[in-house]
Amino acid sequence: MKEIFTGRAWVFGDNVDTDQIIPAEYLVTMNNTELAKHAFEKALPGFSSQVRRGDIAVAGRNFGCGSSREHAPRALMGAGVSCVVAESFARIFFRNAINIGLPVIEAKLPTRKGDTVVVDLRRGTVTNKRTGESSGFPAYPPFIMMLIEKGGLIPYTKEALGCRR
Amino acid sequence: MGGTISEKILSARSGKQVHAGDMVEAKVDYVMVNDITGPAAFDEFDALCVPPLRNKIVLIPDHYVPNKDVPSAIQAKKMRDFAARHRIPNYFEVGCGGVCHQLMIEQGFVAPGRLIVGADSHTCSYGALGAFATGIGSTEAATVFARGVLWFKVPESIRFTVDGKLGKHVSGKDVILTIIGEIGVEGARYASMEVSGSSILALPLSDRVTISNMGIEAGAKACIIPPDRKVDQYLKGRVRGTYKWVTPDRDAEYADHRCYEGDEIVPVVAKPFLPSNVAPASETPVEIDQAYLGSCTNGRIEDLRIAAKIVKGRKVHRGVRMIVVPATKEIFDQALEEGLIKTFSEAGAFVSGPTCGACLGGYMGVLAPGERCVSSTNRNFVGRMGAKDSEVYLASPAVVAASAIMGRITDPSEVSP
Repeated sequence: MKEIFTGRAWVFGDNVDTDQIIPAEYLVTMNNTELAKHAFEKALPGFSSQVRRGDIAVAGRNFGCGSSREHAPRALMGAGVSCVVAESFARIFFRNAINIGLPVIEAKLPTRKGDTVVVDLRRGTVTNKRTGESSGFPAYPPFIMMLIEKGGLIPYTKEALGCRR
Repeated sequence: MGGTISEKILSARSGKQVHAGDMVEAKVDYVMVNDITGPAAFDEFDALCVPPLRNKIVLIPDHYVPNKDVPSAIQAKKMRDFAARHRIPNYFEVGCGGVCHQLMIEQGFVAPGRLIVGADSHTCSYGALGAFATGIGSTEAATVFARGVLWFKVPESIRFTVDGKLGKHVSGKDVILTIIGEIGVEGARYASMEVSGSSILALPLSDRVTISNMGIEAGAKACIIPPDRKVDQYLKGRVRGTYKWVTPDRDAEYADHRCYEGDEIVPVVAKPFLPSNVAPASETPVEIDQAYLGSCTNGRIEDLRIAAKIVKGRKVHRGVRMIVVPATKEIFDQALEEGLIKTFSEAGAFVSGPTCGACLGGYMGVLAPGERCVSSTNRNFVGRMGAKDSEVYLASPAVVAASAIMGRITDPSEVSP
């Protein structure tokens, strides 16, 4: 399991809904790369062409509210976003991200667009390299930590079912 | 320590006494997916090594059916093929079904005390019948297909009490929008809302479904209304299997208790771009291009009756498109029998068969840049129903109908005192 993520920040405000992350008219595919082409198309035009592999999304409160579409964390993964740091997450987005293996960190970190952000999952810290400011985040509950270590809900379910492949 | 409805249902389904904050794996009664969330679940399910639990699965194409384009046709076909390959009995083809949440209720899958998950955020609608129901993702739906269980963090509950007589044109939609306007779009984040009081008891079941439906717009995991005899009456001859009421214990612990006076609630709208941006309809006289009546939130026969009563004998305002979308075939047929479809059509409204359609900006009524729609749906986010600078005002069926007639957002009492 990868424990340290270093990336360039994209900064978002409060209540970023999943319609903004991936508008409904593009929910006709489950291909992460295809979805990524339309990520934030209406809310932040230019995101999909400028985002780079390893970038980190830093947001305010209630990130991922609204529709349950798993396409939203998938579009972010497809765009190369390595993890999402937010003051708080809407619950379905949080579940979906954990289940598909996108790290989601509940922390408040004053950040400007383009700052370099470091997420240390093991130590439970997020750091803004430009300002030197750090913020801690609470450990996941043991069950969620176990899901993350197993690589998401599908590997966990395979093990629970005794699937060989 | 006693339990809230959520704690009691999750205890019963996990086989141990649990309280808010506990993590459980609980047995699910039904898992529903639709045509946009299903295909990913089917792909993930293929990685698992067991046959699906056929009788727990409900497959409902509704978002982009009848197919809006070739990619959506392919997705709908994936669902049809999955149903055939695994002989899933509960698949509802175009022409036999409708909008998933209303169909789940009509078809008797939903009953008090049940634990139901659905790969659609408005699954919380079923709380109106006393079930614990919540929206999930596609991947986890696939694992429920295989194991029939899912992990949950037992939520804290927040109690909402609405007492007193609601005004003539005040509906469940106005009640829930008023609550969201006060607590905000994350006012119940991760929590279960338990809504009760004399105003709620007096409301028909259809209005209660509207209330539970929009719990998610306050961030809630579930939005449960304690069951009463209206629920039993509705389920008679409809429900699959048996059920038992689950009600909160007297000493249940709540994170908060908020009280509302029913007679102070007025017809409201939620202005762009959040469902919490609530104002009285009478103080929001903005001109509209479209009036949309439909969706899992307000596409039921009771909603159509209210709107038809207002538009009967009148004409939709010049320059306004009124679009009416009954939520299911059963509702469509009933509306046909009662003459409601004719009433809408004569008023100059467009009536379609069931689909989620334009509620999520899919098709059948998408907005152009700068256009404004008053809508009986559930979300008014940026670009939700079309162009990024189009606007959605959420409202009750009565406000939608009155606004369609007047060409601007209108309190129904102005048209129908």
